[in-house]
Amino acid sequence: MSHESRNSLAGKRRTHALVFTALGDPTRLSLVAKLCTGTPRSISQLTKHSNLTRQAITKHLRVLESAGIVHSVRAGRKSLFKFNLEPIAELREYLDFVSEQWDQALFRLKAFVESK
Amino acid sequence: MDDRIEKRIELKAPISRVWRALTDYREFGEWFGVKLDGPFVVDEVTRGQITHPGYEHIKWEGLVQKMEPERLFSFTWPHPKSLEKKGYPQDYSKEPRTLVEFRLEKTADGTLLVVTESGFKKLPGDRQHESFRRNEGGWTEQMKNIENYVARKS
Repeated sequence: MSHESRNSLAGKRRTHALVFTALGDPTRLSLVAKLCTGTPRSISQLTKHSNLTRQAITKHLRVLESAGIVHSVRAGRKSLFKFNLEPIAELREYLDFVSEQWDQALFRLKAFVESK
Repeated sequence: MDDRIEKRIELKAPISRVWRALTDYREFGEWFGVKLDGPFVVDEVTRGQITHPGYEHIKWEGLVQKMEPERLFSFTWPHPKSLEKKGYPQDYSKEPRTLVEFRLEKTADGTLLVVTESGFKKLPGDRQHESFRRNEGGWTEQMKNIENYVARKS
């Protein structure tokens, strides 16, 4: 997905659910941890030091890719995977928004119950 | 990733007072900023209209899950796609919901209230909260209104 379309309304119709599902797995979280340093890595690099097969890692990378958390870039004959922060940031932003509404509501509740 | 919000707040008021402010629909409406049509009843839907200036078109809806006196009050509520007038849903039945829980605990000088909201992983990613955020002044203003209101009453 292009940067432009992610910023458009249609782009935003990607689901937060997808991001949560994508991150709700220890293997995928560890892949994100390896990629979030910003350095693009190949499947072989990502398979190294893990007990999983190349196929399994590839499958997990595809899940992350479909949620927009990583994307692949070509480097010669190899595919490198790169971390993309935006979907996570969008989700975080919505949680922050709801969280702030609660802070304000509870502040009003406090004033309400403590002054009567 | 975290799928829930948790808030803890110490209230210098007896647990019975806090329970009433949470579960009496008129009192809930006063601090939350909503005019509710009727009382909270387990397994029933309570509806109302937000009273924050500029957001009067927003409906409030909660399906009460649990009411354990002075212990636990919970409901599920929808997170509509858009809060703007244009595109605001008329029917909430298909909107994904989160679970809101208010837990109360007696403390030495009042009540500890723990609020959790969970189930965000069910929400599609097209919440248009930016428009609401731009109007945060509305909320701040409303907060002052309530403070003034409470101050007048006390």
